[in-house]
Amino acid sequence: MIYVFDGSLEGLLTAVFEWFERKPGEVTLQTKESYQPAIFIEILQITNNRAKADRVWQGLQKRLAKQWMRKLYCAYLSDQPEIYNSIFHFTRYIFQSEIGAEKNYGNEYVLAISKIARSVEREKHRMEAFIRFQLIADGIFYCGIDPDFNVLPLIVNHFKNRYADQQWIIYDLKRHYGLFYNLYTVEEIILDGNTSHLKQPKSEQLNDKEELYASLWKNYFKSTNIESRKNTKLHVQHVPKRYWKYLTEKQIS
Amino acid sequence: MSDRLIQKLNILADAAKYDVSCSSSGSDRKNTNKGVGNGHHSGICHTYTEDGRCVSLLKILLTNHCIFDCAYCVSRKSNDIERAAFTVDEVVELTMNFYRRNYIEGLFLSSGIFKNADFTMERLVRVVKKLRLEENYNGYIHLKSIPGASDELIKEAGLYADRMSINLEMPTESGLKLLAPEKSHKDVTKPLDFVQQQIVQFKEEKKLIKSVPKFVPAGQSTQMVIGATPETDKEIMHTAAAFYKNYALRRVYYSGYIPISNDTRMPILGTKPPLLRENRLYQTDWLMRFYGFNVHEILNDANPHLDIDIDPKLSWALRNLQHFPVDINTAPYRMILRIPGVGVTSAQKIVQSRKFGKLHIYQLKNIGIAYSRAKHFITCADTPFQLRDYQATQIKAFILAESQSKYLKTDTNQLILF
Repeated sequence: MIYVFDGSLEGLLTAVFEWFERKPGEVTLQTKESYQPAIFIEILQITNNRAKADRVWQGLQKRLAKQWMRKLYCAYLSDQPEIYNSIFHFTRYIFQSEIGAEKNYGNEYVLAISKIARSVEREKHRMEAFIRFQLIADGIFYCGIDPDFNVLPLIVNHFKNRYADQQWIIYDLKRHYGLFYNLYTVEEIILDGNTSHLKQPKSEQLNDKEELYASLWKNYFKSTNIESRKNTKLHVQHVPKRYWKYLTEKQIS
Repeated sequence: MSDRLIQKLNILADAAKYDVSCSSSGSDRKNTNKGVGNGHHSGICHTYTEDGRCVSLLKILLTNHCIFDCAYCVSRKSNDIERAAFTVDEVVELTMNFYRRNYIEGLFLSSGIFKNADFTMERLVRVVKKLRLEENYNGYIHLKSIPGASDELIKEAGLYADRMSINLEMPTESGLKLLAPEKSHKDVTKPLDFVQQQIVQFKEEKKLIKSVPKFVPAGQSTQMVIGATPETDKEIMHTAAAFYKNYALRRVYYSGYIPISNDTRMPILGTKPPLLRENRLYQTDWLMRFYGFNVHEILNDANPHLDIDIDPKLSWALRNLQHFPVDINTAPYRMILRIPGVGVTSAQKIVQSRKFGKLHIYQLKNIGIAYSRAKHFITCADTPFQLRDYQATQIKAFILAESQSKYLKTDTNQLILF
């Protein structure tokens, strides 16, 4: 049997609730986008229900430690249809086993969740490291990114706590939404305009000093390298090429 | 003005790059006063140089003028190089502007010694004070203690810095005397000891009074130059172990000597830096800190040097085959940690998962152990029965045949296509 849901966390949790209400046996969970009709296989369209989703979430909270709730949330943020199915089965497994079952790394769903959560956390950490703000003319520090996973919700607090006395915008170009910190709170924003300008603001939009600091930083990056220890393989392993577009020090001026 | 600043930055960053420490972990300083910056408990590497080292801090010297003439140092008095010095304001401005753009995690400030130790230390303290008090900066600061500076200055510095360090430079006293006759290990141990005592004292006071300020919350570290003088690996690691123990150091760094002069006491210009040896020393360091090994087990009079072709953990296992095979499903955690091919994370996962049933080979592979290496040292639920026992040399040959050492590969000048 196939359960089809809309890709939201609420829908996913509702699906778990529906399964326990009906106990239909083996089920795979698919999103509306990835679902392809097949004859002979029954489907159930999941209708989001806040109350049911909350009950599942609270039930999980009773059975899982905080760090595992975070893993589950990270896994959800990976935006990957097959992971939704793993979360669905993992949740079923947790409810149907003794407390502490999440420590069983021999179980394929436990391992799948913890692996994808690790990738998401790594992407989050990379964003914290590789985001490079540019000061634009109206005093806002701006950066456009297109991370592999939907990590904006995970990096909000880091940037809010760290840059508490400057306004900043981090914009996800892939998912078309961003975060704006106005010195007090962080708001979700949607910017319209040319994608290439969202990626790299035009030079007349930038603060006068921006060029100086970018070139100081590039010079620093060059000077701190030790030529005789060159190790390109290690370098690329730490900074995969797909992130070079973010990095000021990797831009040719 | 900006051209001169770029020039200064080039000179003083270049002179500071031989200090390998660039960690920004261990401090959880909060951004309490709505200023800028905070500590990140595990640190963040904001970029990596082309030699593959992490760049998390703006690592610069305040000046490369120096009154000392240490043979191993680029900034030595007799070296004919360009000299420069930052003003306090320049360092503060660079740090703040780099930090606000998320280029860096903080500042690493060191200095050549001009006039005398106290004069230099006083300047360093002025920089960190300005950052903390005037700019409301709460990011990471790694500050060098200058050997010979007065206790008062070092104590004041400790109130603003997150980590302090002072370099041992040569692993043995005799090595140091050979290359830097004006220095001795005592110059290093005295401030290390002083700061360590202060850290302990501040911690004790903090237990009673909550408002006691932080004092060097990320602890201290030191660095040794490897391969400039003929020490054995045993001497190096035993020194490191003693420093970890006596001064509660967070890190000891090993820096392969990169020839910078024609001094006949040291390797000549053009000699390749001992990168592989450096790597083996770091592996040993990790075994001591995270794997519960005692330094005597790895390096002793019978084995004063680390093997070049295999890592120290495997080499320990091959010398001590009486402890193997280890049963994955029953052995205690500390023995699982000692299996070659099993890391800390995998060991923890194994210990947690085996409560739910005996572990099989496919599960171990999924958990992420290096099975092709570990299989010679373990038994699990479905280990194939084996009639004969292999000798250590045979196991080593098996492992070497299927392993790909990144170092030996480069020696053959083999082109890498993909």
